[in-house]
Amino acid sequence: MSAYVNKSAAAPDAEIPISMPTVRMTDLRARGEPFTWALGGALALGCLMIISFLLMVFWNGVTTFVPKDVAVVTSADGTVTAGEPSRTELYKVQPEILQTLKPEVQQAIKDNDGFASRTLYRTGNYDIYNEDFRWVSDYEVAKTEMPADILFAERVEWGPLIARLKSMNIDGQQIEPVDIGNAAFREAHTAARDRRARIAQIEKDDIGRINHKLEELRLDVRRAELKSGRDSPAHVAAQRELEERSKALEVEYKVLADEAARLRDINSRNTATFVEIGGREKQMAMDAIVRIYAANNLDLVDNIGIYISRWWEFVSDEPREANTEGGILPAIFGTAAMTLLMVIAVAPFGVITALYLREYAKQGRLVAFVRISVNNLAGVPSIVYGVFGLGFFAYVLGGSIDQLFYPERLPNPTFGTGGLLWASLTLALLTVPVVIVATEEALAAVPRSMREGSLACGASKWQTIKYIVLPRALPGIMTGIILAMARGAGEVAPLMLVGVVKLAPELPIDGFFPFVHLERSFMHLGFHIFDVGFQSRNSEAGKPMVFVTTMLLIGLIFIMNITAIMVRNKLKRKFKGSQF
Amino acid sequence: MNMDVQTLTFDDTIYHVKKGGQGTVLEINTLNLWYGAAQALHGVTMPIEKGLVTALIGPSGCGKSTLLRCINRMNDLVDGLKITGEMKLQGENIYARGADVIALRKRMGMVFQKPNPFPMSIFENVIYPLRVDGVTDKTILEETVERALKGSALWNEVKDRLQDSALGLSGGQQQRLCIARAIAGDPEVLLMDEPCSALDPIATAKIEDLINELTGHYTIVIVTHNMQQAARVSDNTAFMYLGRLIEYGDTETIFQTPKSPRTQDYVTGRFG
Repeated sequence: MSAYVNKSAAAPDAEIPISMPTVRMTDLRARGEPFTWALGGALALGCLMIISFLLMVFWNGVTTFVPKDVAVVTSADGTVTAGEPSRTELYKVQPEILQTLKPEVQQAIKDNDGFASRTLYRTGNYDIYNEDFRWVSDYEVAKTEMPADILFAERVEWGPLIARLKSMNIDGQQIEPVDIGNAAFREAHTAARDRRARIAQIEKDDIGRINHKLEELRLDVRRAELKSGRDSPAHVAAQRELEERSKALEVEYKVLADEAARLRDINSRNTATFVEIGGREKQMAMDAIVRIYAANNLDLVDNIGIYISRWWEFVSDEPREANTEGGILPAIFGTAAMTLLMVIAVAPFGVITALYLREYAKQGRLVAFVRISVNNLAGVPSIVYGVFGLGFFAYVLGGSIDQLFYPERLPNPTFGTGGLLWASLTLALLTVPVVIVATEEALAAVPRSMREGSLACGASKWQTIKYIVLPRALPGIMTGIILAMARGAGEVAPLMLVGVVKLAPELPIDGFFPFVHLERSFMHLGFHIFDVGFQSRNSEAGKPMVFVTTMLLIGLIFIMNITAIMVRNKLKRKFKGSQF
Repeated sequence: MNMDVQTLTFDDTIYHVKKGGQGTVLEINTLNLWYGAAQALHGVTMPIEKGLVTALIGPSGCGKSTLLRCINRMNDLVDGLKITGEMKLQGENIYARGADVIALRKRMGMVFQKPNPFPMSIFENVIYPLRVDGVTDKTILEETVERALKGSALWNEVKDRLQDSALGLSGGQQQRLCIARAIAGDPEVLLMDEPCSALDPIATAKIEDLINELTGHYTIVIVTHNMQQAARVSDNTAFMYLGRLIEYGDTETIFQTPKSPRTQDYVTGRFG
């Protein structure tokens, strides 16, 4: 304390009090440097984790579709394995196996604390081997080759095929030996694939249309029965109509089904015979081969071509093989549609609520209570919203809608089960607190002078809100909506209860009236990740897809957010230069 | 100021009001105002002459802004406000039960301390009072803009960029735009709450010239901190102190031979 004693004051005799300058120490703790370092360090750690997470997802996602070499490994005991090396790890060798090994190998493993390294090969040929992957210990390996004629084929079922091509059989005509670069092979393969696409088109679109019409007619009959009673004139007329029209439709159906059968027959007579590395033969139809290439004999152009064609298939096609292969177009579509619907629902609802709370409600205990409740809603686990969505939206609301508008379809539910609309509304409910809080803040930030200026001009409160307050608060409201979108698009748990499925047979938008089918269940990227990674037959095969799908989900959310942020910045620019 | 507030005694207000010849437009009668428990205005009685400029002066916190904001009921926005007494605009009590506040504000214009143009074009700013009335006739709107901007001496500077954002104008221009907005609705009374306090001397001079030009066309009530400004622009001046109207009258008399010693102290710079 002596530092603060004015020395001149201690000497009462002095005529003129002279204040002596005292040296006041500021120690390191007071300056706050250690805290600055701690704060900066925490930030750096956070950034590092996020960046490494993104890098990992991005790297794995980007490299998944690169064609890999196929190694042919000959073991010391003569077994041959052909496959893509997938990863290498150290493992502890079992003692009973260790004893069977050669002394020098045993010694080497002992020197390494009992560990040996092994490599996981993706062998494919699930239909022949009953497994997709095989471990090969490094000490077993006698010889590793990269033969140029070994082929890697992606198939519509059974996963990849790794084998050599033996012969080709077109309409009973045996052609051998062939290689895949051969023009005849390519032509036959392309023709078979085209026929397959045509069959799919006939079955899905043309026959689908006939089935849709038949279903409509059947519903008309049921509707007439419900409305006018069984055997009433209207009911009988509808039944007669069904009989007449269905005859014509059945003729149409027959033509299409015959055409599909004819194409299928041609395809079954166009086959290729492969020999896997162990010598077993496998004959398969050409149209079952999605893509085939000589894995060890690719130049850069081939590599890029395969890479791009795989990506294109991924983003533009439907999944196959229990979602572990093929594309994820329905999931991309479902995620985007659900998020947009959610925004359409949450934005007006949240903004109107916040407007009333901030501008009109008398600020008292009740409003404070409502505000606390809204904030607490943001902390409720999302699965709870899922349960509520299923119970209230799907069963109560959807059930009532079915009773009122779709009685002819009962007991099959239309809206009375999970679907796109209910999922969007559930997520809207989940994210509405975010929008309310952000909107309230934005409204509170509108300068008082603006409101007063408007009121002084004779504007009513509503006119002031409409012309002055809302436009001015719009960037802040947009921020809230962006946050809500980011939260909603990444949410999976509640969706599993209210409409997300592993495989949706139809997109929510198609060519049948009313074109947008909000009651349909849909696919979602987040759920797709969970399903592929943990629910599929072979999680090892699904792992790369997990990363690609994650990357795509992040990308989708990124794109949606960037769009919203650009809109917001455009609005903000409008208010730049306003001095308050 | 070292007077003990509690023991202050106040005489009645001294009046020597200069008449404008057109009668009074606004009559304030024993107006008392409380913010919660604190009384901010004590029995203010004050007639405002039509067509003249009336300045309200006084030290900070004397209630001059509060009085001004009572005239167009801007104080209604404040919670816990209580008012007694009456205020009559052309004989109609502003604070009567069931009085239409919005209709009242449409008869007045107000200019605030800081320029507060809306984030819209210059054109839209000026016609805002007409917009809220639902006027859409283009010729009327264009005529109003020209009249109001000429009235606020801004027309020549902005006539070629009426569709530009008002936020691109300088501070002084923005304040003149706010004056244009205030007179666009042809108000009976123009209220100005320290309109020059956020402006530089040149912009201030322009606004003062403008006020002088508007004299006669509009009744203006102006609150100002700047005594020179009050002396320059006003016909009548009211000196307020601690929520009371001390002296109200002819500006020349107030500044040269004030009747109240308190006014004398204030205008000569002894306190305030």
